[in-house]
Amino acid sequence: MSSEQPIQSPGNQFTPNNPLPQEAKVPDEIAKFSPQVIAEMDAHLAKYPVQRSAILPLMFIVQRERGGYLDPPGVAFLADKLGVRITDIWEVATFYSMINTEPVGKYHLQICRTLSCKILGADKITEHCTQRLGIKPGETTEDSMFSLSEVECLGSCGTAPMMQIGFDYHENLTTEKIDEIIENCRGGRMSNGVR
Amino acid sequence: MFIGAIGCEPLQLARVSLENSTSLDVYRRNGGYEALRKALTMSPDDVIAEVKKSALRGRGGAGFPTGMKWGFVPKDSPKPKYVVCNADESEPGSFKDRYLMERDPHMLIEGMLIAAHALGSKTCYIYTRGEYRYLIEIMDRAIAEAREAGLVGGKILGTDFACEVHTHTGAGAYICGEETALLNSLEGLRGHPRMKPPFPAVAGLYSCPTVVNNVETLTAVPDIIKMGGEAYQKLGTEKSGGTKLWSVSGHVNRPGVYELPMGYDDMEKFIMEDCQGMTNSRKLKAVIPGGSSVYIMPASDILGKDVRMDYEGLVAAGSMVGSGGFIVMDETVDIFESTKNLTDFYKHESCGWCTPCREGTDWLVKVFKRIAKGEGQPEDAQLLLDLCDNIEGKSFCPLGDAAAWPIQSAIKKFPEDFKRHLAPMLETRESIAAD
Ligand SMILES: Cc1cc2nc3c(=O)[nH]c(=O)nc-3n(C[C@H](O)[C@H](O)[C@H](O)COP(=O)(O)O)c2cc1C
Ligand code: SF4
Ligand code: FES
Repeated sequence: MSSEQPIQSPGNQFTPNNPLPQEAKVPDEIAKFSPQVIAEMDAHLAKYPVQRSAILPLMFIVQRERGGYLDPPGVAFLADKLGVRITDIWEVATFYSMINTEPVGKYHLQICRTLSCKILGADKITEHCTQRLGIKPGETTEDSMFSLSEVECLGSCGTAPMMQIGFDYHENLTTEKIDEIIENCRGGRMSNGVR
Repeated sequence: MFIGAIGCEPLQLARVSLENSTSLDVYRRNGGYEALRKALTMSPDDVIAEVKKSALRGRGGAGFPTGMKWGFVPKDSPKPKYVVCNADESEPGSFKDRYLMERDPHMLIEGMLIAAHALGSKTCYIYTRGEYRYLIEIMDRAIAEAREAGLVGGKILGTDFACEVHTHTGAGAYICGEETALLNSLEGLRGHPRMKPPFPAVAGLYSCPTVVNNVETLTAVPDIIKMGGEAYQKLGTEKSGGTKLWSVSGHVNRPGVYELPMGYDDMEKFIMEDCQGMTNSRKLKAVIPGGSSVYIMPASDILGKDVRMDYEGLVAAGSMVGSGGFIVMDETVDIFESTKNLTDFYKHESCGWCTPCREGTDWLVKVFKRIAKGEGQPEDAQLLLDLCDNIEGKSFCPLGDAAAWPIQSAIKKFPEDFKRHLAPMLETRESIAAD
């Protein structure tokens, strides 16, 4: 890191009109992580002169380790680790669509609904998934195996229609491909793209 | 999907199809890091002068001259300076940055290092949208490889130049592509835009001088240094230097990432020949040439019109280069529906910071929904335009304008598609009046 001292971050921006979720109350428990996971977090922290900058990379790690979402003990851990208030963590978490504040299924199917995918049949793909899984976008199956979401353009417009499962891209989708993917998920033969 | 150059030698796409194109070895065997070596023998001012001569304009959407932007960074500031690469690429229709990083990560690292030398910076960040996790992994591997080879870190290429390159992840917010929102996000805050001025060049990341450039902009820099600014400019036109990547999607037979010389003549030939024409031989209805935020072009403004593909040519044709997200729509597309789709996008992505955009996009969606349900009022097309008028130019950042423009141009260029949805209501009203 350079020897010059950077000016500190300009501080917090409050949004009084944005109510915090119920869970924002102080939890009794602080999440614990293995030394490997802590080392992974510290590698991110080392990139920045201001610790708070690592908030998103760390949130992704906590979310991965805590069953796919940011639970109150995970939030308490982040506040502690970054030296900020619990509300600061919620404030950021609720802004970004990839940070889950509710549990999601093991396989999170995120279908792009934006224009290029739409004109090449995204609706049909979503409908097909809805039929096969028995859930609508925004829902999770009872066995917590699948969640379905509609998301905005994922930078795959040239290979539309498409979806992401976890972080994995699945492109040039057809209803046959969807059947195959769901089959493979059920048979445990497919990565859920969580990294 | 096609990826390659048409009408010029591939420059940014020169290595994308090589085997092992992400490896340092292949990059170096094909002239990689020679531009950095050359740049390090030049003074920072000379590097900036070459970039100015190249007529390179920012490829992130705004098209601001890159050399001029670099020139705004104060030389005498005691604060550290930062180079930030904008790899947020969330504009519907754009996917070029993705393939640049996926296939040629070292080109981006080299471009950033040259920028860092020119600006006196020791730290670079690559802000990548959260969904592009696999690209962060590719970039991290490339950075580690470069560090191993003495190209990142201290004593770069045996000189006194020292510079770190780090990746950073976003987490799903289109607004974080806007450079000041990006900087807030990089500081660990919500991604709301900041007031300008001060511009990032003066007070950016951690209030320090910062240059934010798009992936495609930074990856153009090594070639500019290698061939000289003037030679690069001559590949394109006087005001739009060099080559440009177009992300082509929609109803064409060969979608893909196309590298064209700036000033490529003409758009009709591009669609019908280079992209191998329309799927199922249907008729062309419309093109959004520069990503979702630019004016839609009806076929009648393209066919037989010799539309030149560069900054000036597209403005003359009634649209913009934007991010180069080229969306082609055939006669089966209902422009009312496609405009509704984009309006849903902007409503979802409005960051909520300012009232005209937050409330305005919400109302736009409500009106679109009611028309789609067949409950539209005859005045609704005008109501949409009035709402746009209350957003455009009155929002805190350009996202508001970007939400209004597609609607304004769609209603103007395709009034029949809107009238068709409003017609049933008109008829009922008339029959009630007649009773
Ligand atoms: C709403 C909004 C979204 C933007 N998204 C991006 C983006 O995803 N990538 C990008 O490079 N620039 C984006 N920009 C433009 C940036 O603000 C900025 O102009 C650009 O990163 C500067 O780099 P350049 O000069 O190399 O183009 C966006 C601007 C706005 C207003
Ligand atoms: S125009 Fe929209 S995106 Fe921009 S600051 Fe206002 S609410 Fe946020
Ligand atoms: S519109 Fe679906 S990936 Fe771009």
